[in-house]
Amino acid sequence: MIDTILQGLLLGGLYALFATGLSLIFGVMRIVNLAHGDLSILAAFLAVVVVETLGLNPFVALVLVAPLMAALGYGLQTLILNRLLGRGILPPILVTFGLSIIIQNALLETFSADSRRLNPGGIDTASLALGSQLAIGWFPFITLAVAVLILIGLQYFISRLAVGRAFRATSDDQETAELMGIDNRRLYGLAMALSLGIVAVAGVFLGIRTTFTFSSGPDRLLFAFEAVIIGGLGSLWGTLVGGAVLGIAQTIGAKLSPGWGILGGHLVFLVVLLLRPQGLFAKAERIA
Amino acid sequence: MSLLSVRNLSAFYGSFQALFDVSLEADEGETVAVIGANGAGKTTFLRSVAGVLRVPAPAVRFAGDPVGGLHAHELVDRGVVMVPEGRRIFPSLSVEENLLVGAYRRRPGRWTLARVYDLFPILAERRRQPGTNLSGGEQQMLAIGRGLMGNPRLLLVDEVSLGLAPVVVRDIYRVLRTIAAEGTSTLVVDQDVSQIMELAQRVYCFRKGTVSLEGRPADLTRARIAAAYFGV
Amino acid sequence: MGAMGFRIERATRSSRAGQVGAGLVLIALVSLPAWGGASTMRILVEFIALLVLAQMWNLLAGYAGLVSIGQQAYVGIGGYALIVLADDLGVNPFLAVPLAGLVAMALALPTASLVFRFRGGYFAVGTWAIAEVYRLLIANTGALGRGSGRTLKAVFPLARESRELTTYLLALAIGVAAVGAVYAFLRSRYGLGLMAIRDSESGSETLGVDVFRTKLVVYVGVAFGTGVTGALIYLNLLRISPDAAFSINWTAYTIFIVVIGGLGTLEGPLVGTALFFLVREFLSDYGAWYMILLGTLAVGVMIAYPQGLWGLVADRWDLRFFPVQRRARFDQTLAPGDRPGV
Repeated sequence: MIDTILQGLLLGGLYALFATGLSLIFGVMRIVNLAHGDLSILAAFLAVVVVETLGLNPFVALVLVAPLMAALGYGLQTLILNRLLGRGILPPILVTFGLSIIIQNALLETFSADSRRLNPGGIDTASLALGSQLAIGWFPFITLAVAVLILIGLQYFISRLAVGRAFRATSDDQETAELMGIDNRRLYGLAMALSLGIVAVAGVFLGIRTTFTFSSGPDRLLFAFEAVIIGGLGSLWGTLVGGAVLGIAQTIGAKLSPGWGILGGHLVFLVVLLLRPQGLFAKAERIA
Repeated sequence: MSLLSVRNLSAFYGSFQALFDVSLEADEGETVAVIGANGAGKTTFLRSVAGVLRVPAPAVRFAGDPVGGLHAHELVDRGVVMVPEGRRIFPSLSVEENLLVGAYRRRPGRWTLARVYDLFPILAERRRQPGTNLSGGEQQMLAIGRGLMGNPRLLLVDEVSLGLAPVVVRDIYRVLRTIAAEGTSTLVVDQDVSQIMELAQRVYCFRKGTVSLEGRPADLTRARIAAAYFGV
Repeated sequence: MGAMGFRIERATRSSRAGQVGAGLVLIALVSLPAWGGASTMRILVEFIALLVLAQMWNLLAGYAGLVSIGQQAYVGIGGYALIVLADDLGVNPFLAVPLAGLVAMALALPTASLVFRFRGGYFAVGTWAIAEVYRLLIANTGALGRGSGRTLKAVFPLARESRELTTYLLALAIGVAAVGAVYAFLRSRYGLGLMAIRDSESGSETLGVDVFRTKLVVYVGVAFGTGVTGALIYLNLLRISPDAAFSINWTAYTIFIVVIGGLGTLEGPLVGTALFFLVREFLSDYGAWYMILLGTLAVGVMIAYPQGLWGLVADRWDLRFFPVQRRARFDQTLAPGDRPGV
C-alpha cells in the first residue's frame, strides 16, 4: 500500500508540471488553453525528431525543445490569442479547441498513429532503494524534483521580480496595470512562453515515462485540469498537492482493478468538486 | 509652448459621444483643474489623454508630439501618468509592491521609493501590508505615490476626493501642493470645487461633454462657476 | 413631445421568402423515399443528426453562453439508452429514440449540478471531464458490452427497406421538431431572456431574468435534444462502442459547423453542416487533412469573421430567414431630444 501511495505521489510530480502551465495562463489571462495537452505531446514529438536526427539523449533534446516551445508560445499568444482580447470568453475557448484538433490531426498525418517513446538510456528503469522494503524509480523521483524546482523558480519569479509583479498586477486589474506602463500584449506573450516552456518539460518527461501517440494530448489537459481544481485555483503549491492527490487516486484505482485507474482520479475529482469546490488550497482567482 | 495641448477632441464610447470638440492647454509646471458634475466628461477626457480611450492622433499633443491613439503604456513611457478614479490599488500586491510597479518603466527622475515614503510616512509604516488593507485616504496617497514612481512629466489625477472625508481631502491637497511646488505638471479632476480652486493656476469647467468655462481661479466668480457647472 | 406610435416587427421580406423556401424543401424531403435511393436517405439521416447537434450546441453556446465541449456525453447516453430500451427492455426501437432523450435529460440534472460550479473555460473542460467519466463507466460495465460495445438487435426482425424508411422519416420528424422548437423558444419570452443574458448577465438579472433557471432549462433541454440525436445516430449505425459514442469528434464537428456557419444564428448551423459535408466529400481520400482544414477554417473564422459565413451574408443583405429579432418601427422619425412615448 505504501508503495502504491509513493508511486502515486511521484506521478503527482508529473501532473503538477502539466497543471502549473495551465494554471499560470488562467491566472494571468483568464484563458483556459484547451490545446495545453496537445502542445505537450507536440513537444514530445519534437523531442523524438531531435533524438532521431541528432542522436541526442532526450534530456539534452529538451534543452532544444523547451526554448522552441517557449518561442512558439510567444508567437501563438501575440499573433493569434491576443487578437481575441476583449471579446468575451467564447473566442479563446473555441480557438484553442480548434488548435487542439489541428495539432492532433497534424501529428497524426506527420507521425502516423504509431505509439512512440523517448529512451533516456537506462535511467527510466533504475531504482533507488529506500530502506529494505521500498524502492522507487529514479526517473519518477527526478520528475518530482524537477517539478518542485520549477515551482520554486516560478514562485521566485512571481514574487521577487519586476516582471512577476507585473504578472500579478495584470491578473488583478488589467486596465490599471496598463496605466503603470505594462504592455499587456507582450506580458501575455511572455506568460504563454513560460507556460509552453514548462509544458515542454512535462511532455518530454511524459514521453520518457510512457508511450504516447498523437491523441495523448486531451488526457493530459484533463489531468492538469483536475489537479488544478483539486489543489485550488490560484495556488501554485496547491497544484503540486492537487497533482499528488490525483496521482495517488489513480494508482490506488489501478491497483483495485486495471480499468479503474483513471476513473479513480475522476471520482476523487468529482468528490472534491462536490464537497469543496474551491479546492484544497483556494485563494481568489489569482496566480500566487 | 504648452506641455499638453488638446484641440477639438471628440470622444465616443461605441456610438455614444461623450466629448464634443474639447480644447485644453496645460503649461510645464502648471497645475490645471478640471471640474464638473457627474457625467460631464471629465474622466472620459482624462482617459483620452492617458491613452486608455482611442482618439485621433492630432487631437492630443504632448511636448509638441501628437500622441492621440497611443496605448496607455506608451504614454507612461513619455511621462504621462494617470492616477485612476477609485484608486485601483492592486489587491495581490503589498503597499511597497504597488509603489514598485508604478516604476515599471524605470523612467529616470527624482521620485524614488525613499522620497515617496518621505512624502507619505504612513505608507512606509504599512509597506508590507496588502495594498487594499489601507483606509480610503491612505489608498489615495498610495495611488498618488504609485503614480509619482513613474517620474511623470504630467501627472493626471482623476476624482481626487471621491469617497473621502473632508479632513482626508485636505491632507491630499496638501500633498498635491507639495508635488506642484516641486515642479511636476498636474492635471487634477475633482467634483469638490473649493480645494481645487486654491491649488490650480487654471481651471476648466466641463458640462455635458464640452468646456463650459475656462480661466484663472482669481478671475472667476462663484456665480460664474456655478452657472458653468450646473448650466443654470 | 407627444406620444408616438410604434409596433414591434418580427418578419422581414426575406423571412417570408425563407418560409416559402423551407416549405418547398420540406415537401421535397418528405417525398424523397419515392424518388431517392437508400444511400441518399442514409446520408440525409447523418446530415440531420449533425444539423440537430449543431442547433443544440448553438443554442447552448451561442445563445446561453454555456460553452460545452462535453455534449458527446449525451450522444453516448442517448445511444446506449436506445440499446438498453430496445434490446433489454423490449421497447419498440423507434419509440425508444425519444425515450432515450428523456434518459439523457434525467442525467443532465445531476451533471448540471456539478458543472454549473464552473464558468467559462473551466466549465468547458468540466463538461468534457464528465463525458469522460460516463465513457469510462460504460467501458467498464459488462452488461453494456465494455470496450467492444454492443449491436442493436431489436431491429433485426424488420425488413431492411422498412427499417431504413422509418429511420429516415423519424430523422426528418426530429429535424423539423428540433429546429422548430429552437425557433419557437427563441421567439418566446424565454428566448428574449436568454438573449438578454447573452448580452449582459448582470444587466438581465437586475431586470428580473432568472439567469440560473434559464441556463439550467436550456442545458437540460439541449441534453434532451442531443440524447435523441444520439439514439437516432445509433439507430442508423446499429453498432455502438464507448470510444465512438463518447468521442470528442462529435463536439469537434459541431463546433466547427456552428463557428464556420455562424454562431448565434439559426441559419448558421444549416450552412455549416452543408459545408461540412462538402468538405468531407472532397477530402475523404486525404485522411486527417479535412479535419485540419476545418479546424483552420474555424480558427480563422473565429478570429477574423466571428459572425460566420451566414453572418457575413446576412449582415450584407439583411437576410433573416428565421427571424428571432424584434425591431421597433416608429410612426415618424425621431428628432434629437425626442423620446418614444407610451
